[in-house]
Amino acid sequence: MKVTRETVTGWLQAAPLTVVLLGFLVAPIITIVIVSFWQATEFSIIPAFSLENYEFLFGSPVTYKVFAATFKYAFLTWAMTLAIGFTVAYYLAFHIRSQTMQIALFLLCTIPFWTSNIIRMISWIPFLGRNGIANQTLISWGVIDQPLEWLLYSDFSVILAFVHLYTLFMVVPIFNTMMRIDRNLLEAARDNGASGFQTLVHVIIPLTKPGIMIGTIFVLTLVMGDFITVRFMSGSQRANVGRLISNDIALLQYPSAAATAVVLLCTVLIVIGILLRFVNIRKEL
Amino acid sequence: MEKRPRSFYVLSVFFALFVLFLYGPTITIGILSFQGPEGGLTFPMRGVSLNWFHELFQQQAVGDIWGAFRRSFMLGLMVMVTTVVVSVMAGLAFRKKFPGSGVLFYLTIASLVIPSILISLGVGLIFNQLGLKVHWATSGFGSQLTWTLPFGLLIMFAVFNRFDKSFEEAARDQGASAWQTIRFVVLPIIAPSLIGVALFGFTLSYDEFARTLLTAGSYNTLPLEIFGMTTNVTTPVVYALGTLTTAFSLLIIGAFLLSAWVMARRRARLGSDAGKGV
Repeated sequence: MKVTRETVTGWLQAAPLTVVLLGFLVAPIITIVIVSFWQATEFSIIPAFSLENYEFLFGSPVTYKVFAATFKYAFLTWAMTLAIGFTVAYYLAFHIRSQTMQIALFLLCTIPFWTSNIIRMISWIPFLGRNGIANQTLISWGVIDQPLEWLLYSDFSVILAFVHLYTLFMVVPIFNTMMRIDRNLLEAARDNGASGFQTLVHVIIPLTKPGIMIGTIFVLTLVMGDFITVRFMSGSQRANVGRLISNDIALLQYPSAAATAVVLLCTVLIVIGILLRFVNIRKEL
Repeated sequence: MEKRPRSFYVLSVFFALFVLFLYGPTITIGILSFQGPEGGLTFPMRGVSLNWFHELFQQQAVGDIWGAFRRSFMLGLMVMVTTVVVSVMAGLAFRKKFPGSGVLFYLTIASLVIPSILISLGVGLIFNQLGLKVHWATSGFGSQLTWTLPFGLLIMFAVFNRFDKSFEEAARDQGASAWQTIRFVVLPIIAPSLIGVALFGFTLSYDEFARTLLTAGSYNTLPLEIFGMTTNVTTPVVYALGTLTTAFSLLIIGAFLLSAWVMARRRARLGSDAGKGV
């Protein structure tokens, strides 16, 4: 291979990014993999090869339960964010006619994304609590006599918070692909007698698939890697893999945390690998 | 104009509900932060007061939130500048097909989708093993870049996809060197999009939690401080802080949007002199 001047310039320009990613992405992952084979006492970690972390992890029924819970959260959040995100993107892309209005409404949706996740989570508490707005409204309407206990600190509140935090990650890529659909195709479908619904199913959805896939990757990985939303919104009563890791970290059991992290990483990569079979991200950018 | 179909009205209501869903909780704590001095964490409001905002300024009530705010602000600026510079350079690199570009691309995507806690844990372990102290300005800074740089690069891809190469060719034909072409032609054209990259860089860093958790060391950033408060503060002072930081985030977004608007206007005023002769 001939190394041209252009190649060298390209390498130099890409160098800072490469250095950051090597130092703070690749090296940490390698470290985690190595440490996952180490042993630990209560006070320190011992660099000696052992499989005990993995043996413990795979031997414990808790692990399987927690992974199952993680998949459950990921699936439910995905289904909800997709339904809501697709509808919102569809509305913005096909029903709003002026571009200024489109941009304005789009910005309106993205602003909350730029404020703190933690604050947005806390915000649900006065809303869903025992004496929160939701319960009081339902009682005053006469729908229920007793405050509902499952609104806060439950699977319901966890998924609600996930949907609240991550729907935008679905809206943006779907909206982006929808905006690139040639409007003539829609007209052609209509001229050929397709109903609105048929156009949606046979034209828009297939053409929006790449956006849906990118949104799906975002939402699934964010939910599977989460450890704070579940802790917060379940009042520490539910667990997912992220919490398993963060609990080990809190107990300074780094090797065990690392082993769980490796298994989580592999799971996430397998999920992404499957999704990437349906879309070529590089072509979509 | 064509008559709106009925689905338009249904979807408009859906969209309005979605926006309410997005903003509702934030508005709720906005209201509750003005809770009277006797009031608690939930409704009803017992009077209206600025009591809880006042409490924020008393050191003993809330710990070191102002120090945390200063650190987060500094870190946000550091991350912002680095993200802009590194993303632009990488964006320029990706316009040519250089060997290794595929690997680098997938690494960047990996950086975006990897669970944040892995970065936090891994960087923490490295510093630990090397006998270094974790600090927000070193390990925290690097960890946050793994989150902001992919966003920056994706924006640069979008920018360069729409970039008209003939401007550069014109500059080259007029005898501009490679550096001059970038400095006087490419950068001014992409400048407005860089505001977007800067906005992402700053706000993603300012609100970042998971990647900073184990890498900030003994001095907390603001999100970490807020997180600490939520576990041991049981008064509306948490809401007051939440309201204040949200207001600050909105202020920052406003400032960026304003500068983008000013830049667009300036551009429209100065305009292009193409075809007007010299």
